[in-house]
Amino acid sequence: MTADTVVAGRPSPGVGTAKKKDKKESGLLRYLVVRFLLIIPTIFILVTMVFILMRTTGDPITAALGGRLSADQLAERVAAAGYDRPLFVQYLEYLGNIIRGDFGTTISDNRAVSQVLLTYGAATLELAFYALIVAFIVGIPLGMIAAYYRDKGQDASLRVMAILFYATPVFFAGLLMKLIFSVWLGWLPTNGRASTRSDLLLQALPDKVGIYVIDALRLGNPQVIGDVLVHAILPAITLGLLTAGIFLRLVRANVIGTLSLDYVESARSRGVSEFRLVRKHAYRPALIPIITVIGLQIALLLGGAVLTETTFEWKGLGFQLVQYLQARDFVAVQGIVILLAIIVAITNFVVDIIAALIDPRVRY
Amino acid sequence: MIDVIKPGDDDAVVRIKDLTVSFATDAGAVKAVDGVSLEVRRGEVLAIVGESGSGKTVTAKTILGLLPDTATAQGAIILTSKDRGSSTDVITLSKRQLRKVRGSDVAMVFQEPSSALNPVYTVGWQIIEGLNAHGHYSRREARAKAIDILGRVGIPDPEARIDYYPHQFSGGQKQRIIIAMALVLDPGLIVADEPTTALDVTVQAEILDLLRACRDEFGTAIVLITHNMGVVADLADRVAVMYQGKLIEQADAVTLFTHPTQDYTKRLLAAVPHVGQSALKTVDRAQNRPADWDDVAPLVVADELRIEYPGRLGRPGFVAVDGISFSIRPGEVLGLVGESGSGKTTTGRAIAGLTRVTGGSLNVLGMEMRGVRERQFKKIRSQIGFVFQDPGTSFNPLLTIAECVAEPLVVHGRAHDRSAARSRVDELLEAVQLPKAYGDRFPHELSGGQRQRASLARSLALDPKLLIADEPTSALDVSVQAKVLELFSELQAQFGFAALFISHDLAVVDILADKIAVLWKGKLVEEGTGAEVLGAPQHPYTQRLLASLPVPNPELQATRRAALHVLQAQDAALALDA
Amino acid sequence: MARTIGNRKLSLWDRLPLISHFRQSVGWQRGMLTGGLVITGIFLVTAALAPWLAPFGFAQLRDANGLFGSQVPPNSKHIWGTTVGGYDVFSRVIWGTQTAVSVIVVAVLLSIFAGVLLGLVSGYFGGWLDRIMVVVADAIYAFPSLLLAIVMSIVISGGQSSLWGGILAAAISITVVFIPQYFRVIRAETVRMKSEAFVESAKVIGASNARIMFRHVLRNSMRTLPLIFTLNASEAILTLAGLGFLGFGIEPTAAAEWGYDLNKALSDVTSGIWWTSLFPGAAIVFVVLGITLVGESLNELGDPRLRGRKSVEAASGAMTETSVIQTVTAPAHSGDPAIEIDGNQGWSDR
Repeated sequence: MTADTVVAGRPSPGVGTAKKKDKKESGLLRYLVVRFLLIIPTIFILVTMVFILMRTTGDPITAALGGRLSADQLAERVAAAGYDRPLFVQYLEYLGNIIRGDFGTTISDNRAVSQVLLTYGAATLELAFYALIVAFIVGIPLGMIAAYYRDKGQDASLRVMAILFYATPVFFAGLLMKLIFSVWLGWLPTNGRASTRSDLLLQALPDKVGIYVIDALRLGNPQVIGDVLVHAILPAITLGLLTAGIFLRLVRANVIGTLSLDYVESARSRGVSEFRLVRKHAYRPALIPIITVIGLQIALLLGGAVLTETTFEWKGLGFQLVQYLQARDFVAVQGIVILLAIIVAITNFVVDIIAALIDPRVRY
Repeated sequence: MIDVIKPGDDDAVVRIKDLTVSFATDAGAVKAVDGVSLEVRRGEVLAIVGESGSGKTVTAKTILGLLPDTATAQGAIILTSKDRGSSTDVITLSKRQLRKVRGSDVAMVFQEPSSALNPVYTVGWQIIEGLNAHGHYSRREARAKAIDILGRVGIPDPEARIDYYPHQFSGGQKQRIIIAMALVLDPGLIVADEPTTALDVTVQAEILDLLRACRDEFGTAIVLITHNMGVVADLADRVAVMYQGKLIEQADAVTLFTHPTQDYTKRLLAAVPHVGQSALKTVDRAQNRPADWDDVAPLVVADELRIEYPGRLGRPGFVAVDGISFSIRPGEVLGLVGESGSGKTTTGRAIAGLTRVTGGSLNVLGMEMRGVRERQFKKIRSQIGFVFQDPGTSFNPLLTIAECVAEPLVVHGRAHDRSAARSRVDELLEAVQLPKAYGDRFPHELSGGQRQRASLARSLALDPKLLIADEPTSALDVSVQAKVLELFSELQAQFGFAALFISHDLAVVDILADKIAVLWKGKLVEEGTGAEVLGAPQHPYTQRLLASLPVPNPELQATRRAALHVLQAQDAALALDA
Repeated sequence: MARTIGNRKLSLWDRLPLISHFRQSVGWQRGMLTGGLVITGIFLVTAALAPWLAPFGFAQLRDANGLFGSQVPPNSKHIWGTTVGGYDVFSRVIWGTQTAVSVIVVAVLLSIFAGVLLGLVSGYFGGWLDRIMVVVADAIYAFPSLLLAIVMSIVISGGQSSLWGGILAAAISITVVFIPQYFRVIRAETVRMKSEAFVESAKVIGASNARIMFRHVLRNSMRTLPLIFTLNASEAILTLAGLGFLGFGIEPTAAAEWGYDLNKALSDVTSGIWWTSLFPGAAIVFVVLGITLVGESLNELGDPRLRGRKSVEAASGAMTETSVIQTVTAPAHSGDPAIEIDGNQGWSDR
């Protein structure tokens, strides 16, 4: 290195003055606002769709109590609940109620739907959270390993494994694991979120959150904490592996895709190691589409949660949903389905924001 | 370590001996490089020229061991470090050894500066990563080195810019940063693969200056891969010509341009368009026009034409064309020249009804295009032909060439179906010098030049009054380009259509156009005959554009370069005054 | 080069999906594709030959020797045992293939037609209608598909039904879930295609919208369909099984359905009865695995970045000819990958 002056050409015209930066930051803000506003039509469409679908079969009271009451009694109850009014009026009223957080009252057990949602929502949230942890721990590193060894034996076996995870219905995976670990080996409990004793202790806790592990920690009883965690192992792995299979496939395809890009070749030409190319150069840009797709997997995760909860009698929204479906209690079903839709819409929003924050092209 | 360095070869940075590279493809094994031997001396720029498929890029990538897994290389590439302390045969190196050589002994500069930088890391991070791959630096040391090198390649305010992300720089600046990444480890050799192809001609001149400085001030040897003979004349000390994987001629730059020995090299040089080569023809054409030609109503009249693309979500739109006026008379060829973003393609698309006119007036064959409806314009479409830039994508891949060429005939009811149109299709194929049998082939079975001929045939099928050609030759190799331009010129004389010929290359436009219009940032800065615009440009932008265009003659190019530097100094002085 | 103009027949054969893919595949990729094809083949053959393969009917509870009995462990007569309801497990697994195939065929056919048409029209014309359809499709797409299928099956059949009623209900429920997927894919392809030069050139020529859509856009956007088809077929089986497992599927007397059998096996597991759940569950895994392997391989092989290639012997292969100077007489070759070796955008980018 000899010369320490500017070696050539005129300096290029400047960019990135303070003013310009401000403008770009407001760009991010605008993106956030627009993306947030997009949630509203999504939820609106889903609420409308669910409402219309549920009502094409008739009013909820006839559906639930049809065979059990006489025609007169039925008509009386229908009129009392306002289900004899025009559908459109009922729809507007339902919309208004939802905005105020009132999802109606269940027909089969006469509880406020919003209360049902709060109680069982916590359980589903807990399960989904555990499952996501399993999915991240298993799916993402294995996906990167598969990409690193692409087309070799390791890659092929990891991919077949991922497809197996995906191809196994969660309830079958759950049944198998119950059979092996609970029935044959007797290591883990078969059903539920906690043993009866722990359950009683937790229920007695004042202002409980509903997320058992948090409640157990607050209770401070190590036995209860252990009991709660042990009960979560099988459901979390069952649901987590399904999602892990999808993550693995996603990470692998995206990392391989970015590995063939020019900037990876450019880094390679500077002597950067192959491992670092995967770990740094390919992974982070690949993360942006991965995160977006992960958002869409939340829907799958919740669908899987319904099946997992039924398999393990994990008393969450999914388990409850099936109970209400069998009782033909459509007020409750409608409430649960709409809540799940809102959760999915909001998660997708959060996921898009995270993706935007990772990508400097959006950030600046 | 290899101890084959003979005395007298001491000066070689890299010696390639009998290199052969094969690839596995879906169609079987294919040889890309066939027995090439080359050497590059210290502080020397060796240009490897050739057309697509000549194996020049593969040769260059082999020097860094950057071939994909599907490739197999044979022969020897002996690379010597800058301090002459070590030399190695790249082909025999293990992955780990290769990594040590890459970056420190040989670095690479890529064609597309925008895709060669990782978008999610700052440029400083990427420069420092290269440093850390080859040595141990403290954070502060590494950062200081990175700032230093950014400043030296001409990035202003490097202390702040080091923390910028790639998308915050312009294309030319990105290429400077990539060169900085190559220089920071002080390699003895830089392989530059088409380093200016993706850049506008004015930016190209700056990057060529920077590469020259790499050689002169850092003592770095450069292997320059390019298809552009003007770039070769500007920068290269020695030139190697490749054809079909073989090295066919090697000489110092002046000798090669003045006394080429091989037929291929001669034809290649002859095919390069240069400014002023068709001045006589234009005068001839002008003289042969009928006396009342000036009074004939123009086919296209643009008056303060303005085209704005709507912005998304309430953001202001982008003005692509900003109040330009021009006209095209029957049988006249207007050449529209400009760099990327000048609005030249948008103008062409507006005439063809592909882009909405948002302001001013544009009259095409008697139809006002502002607020025109597709239904009204459809009748006029039969009188307009359009040739697209990329012949590879402008044909439906599932239809044969004959079906594609017959399409306008069927659509406009001149033929009931394809078979009825076949005789006309054969005529058209003949007119563009394609064998009739090619009509039964699928587009992917034709070469780029052949496809562009077929594209011309399709655009002429309805005997249009007006032809719009949007960069019809920029995706083609130079010798193919020469043939297509010649054909275009012949067809124009034969069919007498008026044409709007859009190109970024002044020399290409000069060959065909009666009049040349220069666009710059959506505005028309200069218009006139070729002699006027290219002979005595008035607008400073045209002057700079013309001066930046390298010519395929090393000695002439040296004087032109000096003139350009004078112009640039003037610009800089003006910028300071302002 | 191998692909010459003379053997057009071969090239048409080569262009067929699956066959062309198989020819391109190498190494592990070929292994996975072969495995998938074999499993899918077994599945289809079993469905076709179910009446001959199954020893008993799917709803058969007794034969000449009386009732089969409930939860009988595997033995020589009932090789996979009997269920809690007294059905023969092996027979029901075999008959289940027929149900699965029927649902796949109906569901995928319905959704392909609706989804492709909507996607094509929406993507081609754009505008407000397109935006609304995109928001609706995205909303449905983001919704847990199983829940949607449950709601649909209640709407269609009240939850329980006969053989064809049940198959149709399941298929339509799955269709509603899939339409947005086809819509998204075809729409994206159409939007991409719309800006391609060959569509613009058709527009410049003055071709009508219908002609451009069906002659130019549709045929070119169909190439992704085999991939979505396989992926959706496996998803259809999983959704059907999920519906059955939750009790919204097909009655056991109407048809054999694996998800229903697993539902009934749920309580067996706690008492250590494994045969009632293992076999129908394994059948689902086996079939979904096979179809997904095919789909995954198609995906990999269709994407040049993901496709693997054999390495070659050193210095082998013919030299490619370049189209320099003698343009007209040069052999046709531009579609060959070798030409793009020199291009910097990646030689495998066909």
